[in-house]
Amino acid sequence: MTAERGDILKVTDLRTYFPVRSSGLIPRVIGQVKAVDGVSLHIGPGETLGLVGESGSGKTTVARSILLLAHPTSGTIELDGQDITRLAPSALVPVRRKAQMIFQDPYNALNPRHTVGTIISAPFKIQNVVPPGGVKAAVAELMERVGLNPEHYNRYPNEFSGGQRQRIGIARAIALRPKLIVCDEPVSALDVSIQAQIVNLLRDLQQEFGISYLFVAHDLAVVRQISHRVAVMYLGKIMESAPRKTIYTAPLHPYTHSLLSAVPIPDPSLQKRRSRIMLEGDLPSPINPPSGCVFRTRCYQAQERCSREVPPLSELEDGHFVACHFPVARPPVQTTVPAAADGLTGALRVG
Amino acid sequence: MTSPARAVEPPLLSVKNLSVAFPTEDGLVQAVDDVSFSVEKGKTLAIVGESGSGKSVTAQAIMGLIDRKAARMTGEIWLDGQELIGLPADEMQALRGSQVAMIFQDPMSSLHPFYRVGAQITEAIFAHRSVGAKAARAEALEMLQRVGIPAAERRIDDYPHQLSGGMRQRVMIAMALINKPALLIADEPTTALDVTVQAQILGLIGSLQSEFQITVIMITHDLGIVADVADDVAVMYGGRIVEVAPTSVLYHQPEMPYTLGLLSSVPRMDRDVSMRLEPIPGNPPSPIRLPPGCVFAPRCKYVDRVPGGACASARPELLHAAPDHLVRCHLPSEERQQIAQDLLRVLAGGAA
Repeated sequence: MTAERGDILKVTDLRTYFPVRSSGLIPRVIGQVKAVDGVSLHIGPGETLGLVGESGSGKTTVARSILLLAHPTSGTIELDGQDITRLAPSALVPVRRKAQMIFQDPYNALNPRHTVGTIISAPFKIQNVVPPGGVKAAVAELMERVGLNPEHYNRYPNEFSGGQRQRIGIARAIALRPKLIVCDEPVSALDVSIQAQIVNLLRDLQQEFGISYLFVAHDLAVVRQISHRVAVMYLGKIMESAPRKTIYTAPLHPYTHSLLSAVPIPDPSLQKRRSRIMLEGDLPSPINPPSGCVFRTRCYQAQERCSREVPPLSELEDGHFVACHFPVARPPVQTTVPAAADGLTGALRVG
Repeated sequence: MTSPARAVEPPLLSVKNLSVAFPTEDGLVQAVDDVSFSVEKGKTLAIVGESGSGKSVTAQAIMGLIDRKAARMTGEIWLDGQELIGLPADEMQALRGSQVAMIFQDPMSSLHPFYRVGAQITEAIFAHRSVGAKAARAEALEMLQRVGIPAAERRIDDYPHQLSGGMRQRVMIAMALINKPALLIADEPTTALDVTVQAQILGLIGSLQSEFQITVIMITHDLGIVADVADDVAVMYGGRIVEVAPTSVLYHQPEMPYTLGLLSSVPRMDRDVSMRLEPIPGNPPSPIRLPPGCVFAPRCKYVDRVPGGACASARPELLHAAPDHLVRCHLPSEERQQIAQDLLRVLAGGAA
């Protein structure tokens, strides 16, 4: 992807592999899980990049690798112009001031034995920052800002609902005004009526403080609501990335087409009229990914070439990157996968 | 739903005034509060609600899975002319699996990790019928093929951990349907699955439903799934049913403010993103301290429109707004319809 100057985050050819060890007395490394396999992305100031994918696609490992919570095997991660990939753990403390994380499970992300006040003031203590007016006033202000009652300063996490706990996590993440927040499925554990509250809060905070988000989620409708650009991952690789509108209205990758068509729309008459692509099977094992294009085993238009050559992520339109040998503007109308993928209309052949 | 025009045959399942409460140290948890509904044969009823709304406890009550010693249960559950609540445990045991079956959210924790999937399916056969081991295995294999397990003759001897999440849910479905039950209760069957696999599983349940003439209760929090599969919808909140309607009516002419709140807080792919989501303010009520009047009143935008503060003090009844449309709300029906149509117009107006 073309990186522009002034990017808050620039990730180049990131690979994060996990060793697979044999069972037995002396475990040997017998393989590797290529959780992230050559991912490049960039995020500008005040921008939200949505990273979508199914479980096992590697999206969470990308998120964790960016904050060095998982150790990247190769590639570089630049945060605000600084290469942080090989920093020693002690050198990471100032980095954490610029980049924070919000986790999926608001129950496990907060220490149950600490009061809300202690939890939200932790960043100030760790970073040795004394905000003007004192830590306590700053925490009260943060609580107010995220929609919590500052009088609950001395309460414990178990006294709060899931949505309120996620607000505590957000208050902690924005305490030091980071430039980037990595949000890993921040609303997927919440009820729908609460999801909308949190999505709106994140949008408001971005406008107020100019924070950039990497928004990792599997829910395409939620990602659409908050992202400026969207990248679609499958089995450790980015399949397609484009501005939000392009991804949702004019995708080119068969996987994006099938993902979008699988999301049920909450309108019975619309839902009945839709034509849908039904993908067969499951995600292949990342220990032994398919040769060539990793999506070809489930693709409705895979051809012989797809098993031989890995399709590069190439820019087909301005800002629209697609990793596919046979991108399609419009998928064939079907509900099941045909045996042979002949007779496609609208197929756009590339290189 | 039973409407006079259609109800020639009595409904397969009819739940009347079901209440389930669990006494706890902190107080009485009123999980299900005076719930009544019915499902006609071959139809799909969706029960929608957020966590704590009582939808899963309702399902467990129908399955006879509520521990009588731990819970206070009142009301009636009629399945095909038989009342289930007073049934002795052994008679309920005989019905469970043969007349009514259930699939759960997490197929990993509902399958036994130490037994091969084939053995778990044949166990369900032996529990209800005297069939030889060979015949049972053949039947299990046929069912595994029917639910779309590839290479089923090999997979039948797999352990659950060797299967993917989608495959495990297929095994659960095979196990649930092996004795051809009349009623299948699916409790969030796709919540743990990816969206492409979710589409497969919902499609499978639909095709098996028409093939075996099964009645389905689909319990979900996802309004998209409801729109996809349900004939009728019951919306639950705070242990009570707050609205019941045919699916298209619920989406296009909803009346209960909670239903409206749900419809406007869900992000939709067919709507403009420049519009903000309209969340329901506040949090769901604690089942120990349910509000005395309408359970939704503390979060409802329209309580001021009802004179005398009735929403906070008087419990609204589930009343007919139309023959097949029931609403639990103090607002007059015309006013509710007006609010709903104004809101839906705003939501649709933003469509890009």
